[in-house]
This record gives sequence, C-alpha cells and structure tokens, in this order.
Amino acid sequence: MMAATLIIVGSLFMIIATIIKRGLPAMSWDMISKIPGGGFYIGKEGGLLNAIVGSFYIVIGSISLGLLFSLPIVLYINLYLPEKSRLAQFTRLSFDVLFGIPSIVYGAFGFTIMVYLGLRSSLLAGILTVTILIIPILIRSIDEVVRRVPKEMKDAALSLGATQSETIRVILRQVAPGIITAILLSVGRGIGDAASVLFTAGYTDSIPTSLSQPVATLPLAIFFQLSSPIAEVQNRAYAAALILTLIVLILSLAGRYYSRKFSKNKI
Amino acid sequence: MDRIKFNNYRRIKEIVLRNIMLSLTILSLTFAVVIGISLYYKSVPILDQHSVWNLLTGESWKPLKSEFGFYPFIMGTLWVTGIAILISLPLCLLSAIYLSEYAHPRIKKMVYPMIDVLAGIPPVVYGVWGILAVVPFISDTLAPHFVEFSTGYSILAGGIVLAIMIIPLMISVFIEIFDALPGGLREASLSLGATNWQTIKKVVLRKSLPGLAAAVVLAISRAFGETIAVLMVCGNVAEVPKSVFDPGYPLPALLANNYGEMMSIPMYDAALMLSALLLFVIILVFNAISRLVLTRIEKNFAL
Repeated sequence: MMAATLIIVGSLFMIIATIIKRGLPAMSWDMISKIPGGGFYIGKEGGLLNAIVGSFYIVIGSISLGLLFSLPIVLYINLYLPEKSRLAQFTRLSFDVLFGIPSIVYGAFGFTIMVYLGLRSSLLAGILTVTILIIPILIRSIDEVVRRVPKEMKDAALSLGATQSETIRVILRQVAPGIITAILLSVGRGIGDAASVLFTAGYTDSIPTSLSQPVATLPLAIFFQLSSPIAEVQNRAYAAALILTLIVLILSLAGRYYSRKFSKNKI
Repeated sequence: MDRIKFNNYRRIKEIVLRNIMLSLTILSLTFAVVIGISLYYKSVPILDQHSVWNLLTGESWKPLKSEFGFYPFIMGTLWVTGIAILISLPLCLLSAIYLSEYAHPRIKKMVYPMIDVLAGIPPVVYGVWGILAVVPFISDTLAPHFVEFSTGYSILAGGIVLAIMIIPLMISVFIEIFDALPGGLREASLSLGATNWQTIKKVVLRKSLPGLAAAVVLAISRAFGETIAVLMVCGNVAEVPKSVFDPGYPLPALLANNYGEMMSIPMYDAALMLSALLLFVIILVFNAISRLVLTRIEKNFAL
C-alpha cells in the first residue's frame, strides 16, 4: 500500500523532472520576451511572447466573465433558497455534471456557435469558450465556501435592518479568500486547457490587438510546435511546457496559502 | 418623505437583484440542454443518411467516399480507457486505504498537496511527458519483449498517461468516501477482535462498495473525454487495435485532429459533431449517475 502511494507521488516527481530536464536548456530571455520570427512552425528565431500574452488575455477575460455569472448563481442558491431546496440541489448536481464534460465537447460547442454566428476563430470566441469551461469549477468551489458560512452571520445582518441583497456584502467579505482560491483553481484549468481553444481561439504569431483577431495560447504553443521537424521550434514547445508547469505549480502553492488563511479565520 | 423614498430605492434594488440572480440560475440550468441540442442539430445531416447502428459498427472511415464508421474510434477509446482504469484502480485503491486508514497525519499532509498538484498539471504537459518518457520506454524497453516492432506511439502509452491523469480524481473521491464512513463501524469491528486489515476488508470496503463503483464510473467518464494528452501519444491510426502495442485513435482525438479540414468535405463536419454529441451524452449520463450515487451516500452516512 505504501508502495502504491510511492508510485503515485513518484510519478509526479518524474513528470516534473522530465519537463525541467528538457525545458530548462531551451529557456532563454529571448524565449519569454520575443514573438516567433518567420512563423511559429518553421521559424528558428524568437520566442513565446505571443503565447504567454495570449494565454493571459484569455484567462483574464474568462475569469472576469465567469465570476459575473457564477457569483450571482452561488449567492442565490445559498442565500435566497431554503436549505433543502430542490432547485439548489438540482443546480449543484447539474454543475457537478457539467464539470465532468470534457473540454473538447465545449470546444466543439463553441465552434458550432461560432459558425452559426458567422464568427472566425478569435480572442473573443476563445474567451467565451474558456468561460463556459471554468464556470462549473468556479461555482463548485465558491459554493463549497459559501455553504460553510454560519447562518447566524446572515441573520445578524438581517436583524440590523439589511435587506436580503445587502447581506451579500457581509457574506462576500467573509468568503473572499475562498473566492481567491477558486479563481486560482480556475486560472490553472483555463490556462492549461488546449482542447477548448483549439477550435475557437486559433493560433497566430503576433499579439492580438482586438477581440476579433486570433490569439496564441501556451498549451497550443506546445501542441503545435512539438510536431514540427525543426529542433529549434521543438525547443520552444519544451520551454512552453516548462513555463506552463511553473505557472500551475505557483498557482497551486498560492491557492494552498490562501485556503489556509481562510481556515484560520473560521468562526 | 425622504425616508420612504430611500426605503423604496432599497426595496426596488432588492427585487431587481433577486430576479437577476434567479434568472441567471434558471438560465444556467438550461445550459446542458442547449449544448445537447446544438450538437444534435449539427449532426442531423449524417443521421438522416446513415442509421445510428451502421455508424457505430462500421469499420471503414473514408470521409472522401462518405463512409463514416465509428467502430475503430470507439474501440480505441475503450482500449485506452480500459488500460488506464486497469493501471490506476489498484494503485488508487491501495493508496487511498493506506492514506485514510494507516498513514500518519503528517504523511497525509505531505501527500495531499502533491495529489492536488498532479490534478493541476495541464493535459498537454502530460502529453509532453508521454512523448519524452513513456513512448521511448515502450518502444525501447517494453515492446521488444513482446512484439517485433512498435513505434511506442500506442494505446498502451495512451493508457499509461491517462492512468496518471485520472489518479488524482479517483484517489480523492476514494479518500472522501472512506473518511465519510462513521468511525463507530470500524471501532465495532476492532472491538470484536478483528485485525486492522480484516476490518478494512470486511467492513470498510464492503460498506463503501457503491461509492467506490460510482467513483470508478466518474474516472471512466473523465478518461473518455481526455483529448490532447492521449492524442499526442497514441499514434492516431484509424484501425481497430489488435494488441496494446498497436496505435489507436480515440474519439476525442478524432475530433481534435480534424477540425481544420472538416468544413471542406461534405458530411465530415456532421460526422465529427456526431462524435462530440456521442461523447457528451455518454459522459453526461455517466456523470449524472455517479454524482447521484455519491450525494446519496454522503447523506446516508451523515445521519
């Protein structure tokens, strides 16, 4: 049994070691400060700046949009509906299920909508698809913390004359660290997912200047450039893998830090 | 007068906010339906021409001749998923038992974050690892013992990578189920003179069997839909694999690989959207069943 645990933990270290071993020699300052020269698939010059910036655009856009949808839903099912409400339970179940839907299906769905609306692959389409992908994660993890807020807190606010919607401010302050953890979690998922942006965001060498232009992303930078026959281009893929792994590791550590901070404040 | 006005403002704000939130919630519930309908709408053309049975059992995939047989892809998916579950289930079960029944809290505190990190690693990074480590291992070390030649890009490579990917999900649900068991059950068994292992075998495992089954179904549905990592290592040849060292072509990989050209060949996009619909429906049903079972278990144990 200990051996099984060791194998699992060991495979994590093996993965990280493999990525670092291959990615570190490929890293350079040019890699993170320049866009690829002469085309991402054949050009030997340049770096990954287009993909790094693109990924951040997508994540920032989709997190803001995602919060706009998920916060009201979570607050509604927790504050407005009675504790054992059918609607609340059904909503939770449906987002649990949506959480399990693979990102390629969301990508295909986003693509059908794009075709229907006559859009081309673009930053906007990428943001919308990733938003759909992360809403279930946001809702599930924010719901987890809001559900644990003591009922007395809301009652106290109500008894001081606050309306239902004004209690939200009190609750939000209490769960703020939990929301940050949820955001970090979904940033990790959104930044690393390739299948959803494959159809919708496209790929390009340059940094987009408007919402209707295609955009490069880190996971696709790995996916496309790895299949190139040119060693320099493959190196870009390995460097991108290292960058992505580092980002995810940092996010995971930060999430841990914030959730610990949250549990310290628990009443 | 001023005070009444103020109160009106607050009341209207309250009503507006409440209704916005309610409509967002209702809207979000129709979401799965919208996805299902739009994928179905897109795949109607091919369903009109071929029967579902022919599509699912047809072995020939030649879009240019308008032959769309999904059988090789379905077999590819099943093989890869099967191998992944075969590898990860024993590993997860044993370590979940160890972590929840035997391990010192300090060890748990060390291992849990690592499982979290494993869960957070993006699929494409798993794919890179598969290409750098698993594929060469299979082609150089493992395959020569069994078959004459293998490139390493095989359903076995896909299965191994996928196994590592679903471990975090499976193990964390397993641990949750074990931890939800009332402690009194274990104590009763131990007080009757059973050893720790007997207690685990006859009480803990037996009592949590439905939950474990649900967790495995959840893991299977995750494995079904995994795209990029599997696509990168499993070779992508549209034939039914004969051994684990043969390449395979799972459904999600088919979808991801062909999005570029699907608009230019008639029916091609309908066929691909049908594969998306298939994935969606299968995974939706699997997920719904296992989530229902898991919530019921949570409720029953809480009593």
